[in-house]
Formats: sequence, structure tokens, C-alpha cells
Amino acid sequence: MSNKLTVSLSPHIHGGDSVQKNMYGVLIALIPAFIVSLVFFGLGALIVTVTSVAACVFFEWVITTLFLKKERSTIADGSAIITGVLLAFNLPSNLPIWIIVLGALFAIGVAKMSFGGLGNNPFNPALAGRVFLLLSFPVQMTTWPVVGQLTTYADATTGATPLALMKGIINGAPGASFDQLPDSISLLIGNNAGCIGEVSAIALILGLVYMLWRKIITWHIPISILGTVFIVAGVMHWANPSIYASPVVHLLTGGLLLGAIFMATDYVTSPMTSKGMIIYGVAIGFLTIMIRQFGAYPEGMSFAILIMNAFTPLINAYIKPKRFGEVAKKK
Amino acid sequence: MLKTFSRGGIHPKENKLSAHQSIKTLDVPKQATIMLSQHIGVPAKAIVKKGDEVKVGTKIAESAGFISAAIHSSVSGKVFRVDKVVDASGYPKDAIVINVDGDEWEETIDRSDELVKECTLSSDEIIQKIADSGIVGLGGACFPTQVKLTPPPSMKAECIIVNGVECEPYLTADHQLMLEHAEEIMVGVSILMKAAKVNKAFIGIENNKPDAIELMTKATASYAGIEIIPLKVRYPQGGEKQLIEAIIKKQVESGKLPITTGSIVQNVATVYAVYEAVQKNKPLFERLVTVTGKSVKSPSNLLVRIGTPIEQLIDAAGGLPEDTGKIVSGGPMMGKALTSMNVPTVKGTSGVLIFTQKESTRGPSQDCIRCSKCVSVCPMGLEPYLLAALAEHKEFERMEKECIMDCIECGSCQYTCPAYRPLLDYCRLGKAQVGGIIRGRQAK
Repeated sequence: MSNKLTVSLSPHIHGGDSVQKNMYGVLIALIPAFIVSLVFFGLGALIVTVTSVAACVFFEWVITTLFLKKERSTIADGSAIITGVLLAFNLPSNLPIWIIVLGALFAIGVAKMSFGGLGNNPFNPALAGRVFLLLSFPVQMTTWPVVGQLTTYADATTGATPLALMKGIINGAPGASFDQLPDSISLLIGNNAGCIGEVSAIALILGLVYMLWRKIITWHIPISILGTVFIVAGVMHWANPSIYASPVVHLLTGGLLLGAIFMATDYVTSPMTSKGMIIYGVAIGFLTIMIRQFGAYPEGMSFAILIMNAFTPLINAYIKPKRFGEVAKKK
Repeated sequence: MLKTFSRGGIHPKENKLSAHQSIKTLDVPKQATIMLSQHIGVPAKAIVKKGDEVKVGTKIAESAGFISAAIHSSVSGKVFRVDKVVDASGYPKDAIVINVDGDEWEETIDRSDELVKECTLSSDEIIQKIADSGIVGLGGACFPTQVKLTPPPSMKAECIIVNGVECEPYLTADHQLMLEHAEEIMVGVSILMKAAKVNKAFIGIENNKPDAIELMTKATASYAGIEIIPLKVRYPQGGEKQLIEAIIKKQVESGKLPITTGSIVQNVATVYAVYEAVQKNKPLFERLVTVTGKSVKSPSNLLVRIGTPIEQLIDAAGGLPEDTGKIVSGGPMMGKALTSMNVPTVKGTSGVLIFTQKESTRGPSQDCIRCSKCVSVCPMGLEPYLLAALAEHKEFERMEKECIMDCIECGSCQYTCPAYRPLLDYCRLGKAQVGGIIRGRQAK
């Protein structure tokens, strides 16, 4: 024995959980959606995802080692890889490489590292990157290739997404009708136009089940979002089925599942208490449907999540967990 | 569904390496160092001086206040000195050092193994006897037992809750005690019921000790009003507030005493000490200690005289392993790291836990990723991430508003934190500072 004993305060053991384990767990949960994207978008999905991940990791490395002069770069914690994958999953599969790189620079450079890196960013970096691109390059960001063009990339034939169609119906676009929507089976497996990672409901739900089982996330945020969307969209559909799509279609289309399962549940930008998480989830669900039905964009998930990210500090300040032995307040 | 507490909690790897090791009596030390402060409250006052002859069980220090406890010699021999001795915390504290000569016990102590069931003493006489015997809570907090049994006049006890949970990983002394002395514990509980004037007692035992549950349940047959409650395995179930809630479904209100729920909680080891004191005239001068660790040759449950150097306990379990990096007195979740092996066993030493070099250091701490796992495991419904951040920025007034004083220092937050943040270190700092602020306010 060396003659020195370590003296530290309790607890003297640790559960063995780590930031890396959680981050790589999320990546594992994203694998099914990635596989589906390869099946339906082929080469395009591969190019966009690889570019986005490489660019995100590269920018994080450059910023941490060259600008911030940190001893160890934080790229090994896996969070930059997640940002890269999630950014790619929110992009069309025919997006030019230089636009993807710009999006990655905004996501990592502006939305994440300028606030101090993992743990300190107020907004979800991947979503900030996506919205930055959506506002800067509206044309490229809203033309989606038709599924099944496995070997094409930039010159793929494009088509309307289910959400664009639904928007068209609300706005009374000529010739738009619910008959043109893909059937539920196609929506479930992902056989429809859209961003790379959002098309397959089944693949995303598999990811959710995996993350719940590993206890990476809790049910509060995804379930409250999905439940709210179902109820709000359901009420509107019931009131006027000719222009408002059924709640099931809303649940299965656009980035709703991807957002509810992978983006809104981002640790850093979501509330800390289960009550807070439910408030946050309900608000996201409500805002999403409001934007989808009444807003200018067909898709409302990204905006809804970013808006609620901004409210997260407020929710944390006012929504407290139930204290043990809380003394009932006398009125 | 097994009973348990309502909120938070964790399930660390149990590592009960010394489980089912029968109790071994450790040899009497050559020299015993008996600390004068082995309990919460005022240190005891020495009533012997250098050169005095003492026997095993002789009172050598008396209680020096309402919250204080008497201390008895654990050995026979001559007082060598009454002086400052460096204790487990690394600070010099008052102690009585006795050079051992033979092993002569006070004649009043009944040393037979025979079970004495009858107790004719009145409630007050029992409490007096407990106070005279220097009994304190042996779960680790060392709160003088007679104080717990005499609640303020406005409050009334309705039941005794006995803590046989042993929720700390590694520790097995209470488990072994229940297996070997179930009947004595039953008599002890009956005595406590008589002392507190209640007719109901519950003994909570976690479900990872099925043999103890079975044996103790059988033993209750001939004792009225005692019920064994099997509990789901969950840390910190042995915490007083958690145990009360698990068993009688009442929450101790923030800032109030546990007695407000009508319950008095005692550890099984304390109950056994009460039995020995009241029925056998034997004051508290020895206790069961688990000596364990993954690198320890023979993890054991030892019966140890108070004042025995920790080194002798470790030797009895096969000696100090080569790559020892840390020695902890108590369990891995709440125990205290020792500064040296040459410190004496005290009444609160429930275990000696030896960690290898590798187990002794913490992982590097990162920024909080706000995963909220600390919030979900906190059994008190606090927000450790926030409390730690506030402590870091010295915002102690806000910490008070965020209920820092409710923290029971169980360590579940820090155990769970994926970013390896020293959450409990900061909470302790905050608790100490806020405690000072509150005392300052009360003094005005």
C-alpha cells in the first residue's frame, strides 16, 4: 500500500452513468431511422448525413482546441455527432453540401459553442441550424426528393410532402385533396417525401422505446407532445374534417415524431422537473398544430420546440418538484 | 406490491460480500482509545483520571447535557491518559486511553447467553437504564436513545419503527444480527414499546434479506404488537423520514421532528443494545462492525470493543490489501473516509470499507448537461443541480428558499450524475452556510 489514503466526502461510489453513455445511447436509438432513410433516399441520405456529422464534429473540434484552447476537445462526448445526425435528419436528401456545412457551422458555432458548449446552450443546436437554413435557403430547404431514387443526389426528382399537401387543402389550393396523401402504412414505414430522418414512424418509435428502456429519457415530454397533438388536431378534424386532416395523419407526418422523441427531449434545452416537462410538451404540441394549421409554414415542430426552449428557464424557475414533507400553505 | 417510500431513490449494486458470515468476536485490544464525543450533542465529561483502575463496563464519562450520552470502558486495566487524540476526522479530540490488563467485567453484568424475557421495570426506569448505559442510535447518526424516547410533552408516540433495512451497499452487520439474535431483538422491541407506552411496533426489512424476514416473522409469534414489514430494495430507505413514510405512509413535515408522525425510529442494533442494557445490565461498550471491500481477503462481521484501533479490525479480516486507496468508516453512500488506520472504533462505526486505488478516485467532473436525473432521484424532492450551482455562486439566501435544509445528504444525486458533478459536496457547503445564517437570525 502506498502510505497515502484518499480522503473525500461521501458518496464513495458512483452509478457508472456518464455523458458519453447517454449520448451514444441516443445515437443507437437513431440507427433504425437512419437505416430507413438509406432504404428510401439511398445515396442522398448517406451524403447529407455524413457531411453534416463530419462538419459538426470538425467545427466543434476547431472551436474547442483552436479558439477556446481547451486541453481536451469535447468531441468524444458524442454530443456533436448527435447534433450532426439530427441536423441531417431535418434536411432534404438533395441539399447541396455547402449549405449543409453552413447549417453545421451555425448549429455548432453559434447555437452551441458561443454559449459555452454542451450544457449551456439555450436552444437545441440542430434545430437552430435547421431553422437558420430554412430562413436563409427557403427554396432548397422545401423541395423534397420523391422516395426511391437511391442513386441520385442533387438532381433527384422532387415532390410535395404530406404536410405541404395538408397546408394546400387548408389554403384551398386547386386540386389538393386528402386522397393524395400517402396511406397510413406508407407513413408508418416511411415511404413518403420529407426530410431524411422524419419519414418513418416505426423507426422513430423503436428509438423511443430503446431510450425509455435505457432510461436515457423519461416518457413525459414525448407523450405529452403526442397526446396534445392528437387531442388538438382531433378536435379540429372533428369540427371541420374537410380542411383539417385527421390527428393520426398529423402524428405520423412531418417532423412530429422526430421532434417529439429526439429534439424536444434534448437534455440541455428542456425543463428539469416532470411537471415542467409536461407543461413544455403540451405547449409544444399545441404550438405545432397552431403553426401547421394557421401559420405560414406547413411544418411547425421546429418553431414550436425553439419557442419552448426559450421558455425553459422560466419553467424551471417556477415549476418546482413536490418537496418531501412540504408544509401545506395556509391561505 | 412491497412497501417503499414515495419519491426518488436509487438501487446501487448491493455488494454484500460479508453476508451470512457469522459473528466473530474480535480480541480485546492492548490499548483502548475511547473518544468522549461519540454521539450527536455535547461531548461526555470524563469521570476518571490517569492511573484509575477500570473494569469492562465501568462508567468512565457521564452525560454532560440533555443531548449527550454516558460512556463506559470497553476493557479492564489502568487509565493511561485523558487527553486529545486524533480521531477519524483527522482533528484532535478529547479521549480516554486505557492500557488493557486482563479482561475483568463489572460483576453486575450478566454474561450468560440465556434469553431474559421478563421485564418488570416501569417506563421511566427503562429510559433511565438506557441513559445510564450510554445507548445511542447505532445506525450511524448516534443520536442519544433516551432523548428519542422522551418526546416533548405536546407530542405523543403511537408506534415504534425498527430499522432493519440496511440499505447501504456492502454493510451486513444488521442482517447478521437479525439472523443470530432475532429473539433478543423481539424482547428489545417489547421493552422499547413499554418505555414509549405504545402497543404497536413495525420492523422494516428490505426484501434482499428474505432469510431475516422469515426468521424475524417467526420470532414475532410470541410477542404482541410487533409486525415485520418487508420493503422493496431501494436506497435511502434506511433514512428516518423515508422509513417512516414507507411503513406508515406519513411524511415528516419539513423542519419538524419525526415524532410529529407519532413514530419513534430505532435501528435493530440499537434495539439489541437496549435488550442487553435493560435485561443483562450491560452498557454499550461493544458493537457489530462489518469489515469489507472487494480486495479484502475475508469480509467479516466482527463483534468489536469500542476503542479498538481500526487497524486491528482490518487485520482480523485478512489484513490491509496491497492496493488500498481509501478506508471508509460506515457505508459507501454516507460513510466517512478515514485519514489513518490508527483511529479508534466508536459507537457509530457500522462498517469499515476498504476501496482499491481505482475505486478511490472520482471521475473528472464536466459541465451540467441538465439531464434532470438528480432531480428525479432526490428522495426529498429537491433540485440538486440548482442547489449546487447556487452554492458555487455563494447564493446562500436563495439556497434556503430552495429548501437546502431538507437535504438528508444521502448522495443519490451525486451517485447518479452522468457528468460526475460533486453535487453533494456543494449541497453540504450550502447547508453549513445556510445553517449559520439561520442561527444568526435566531440569535437576534
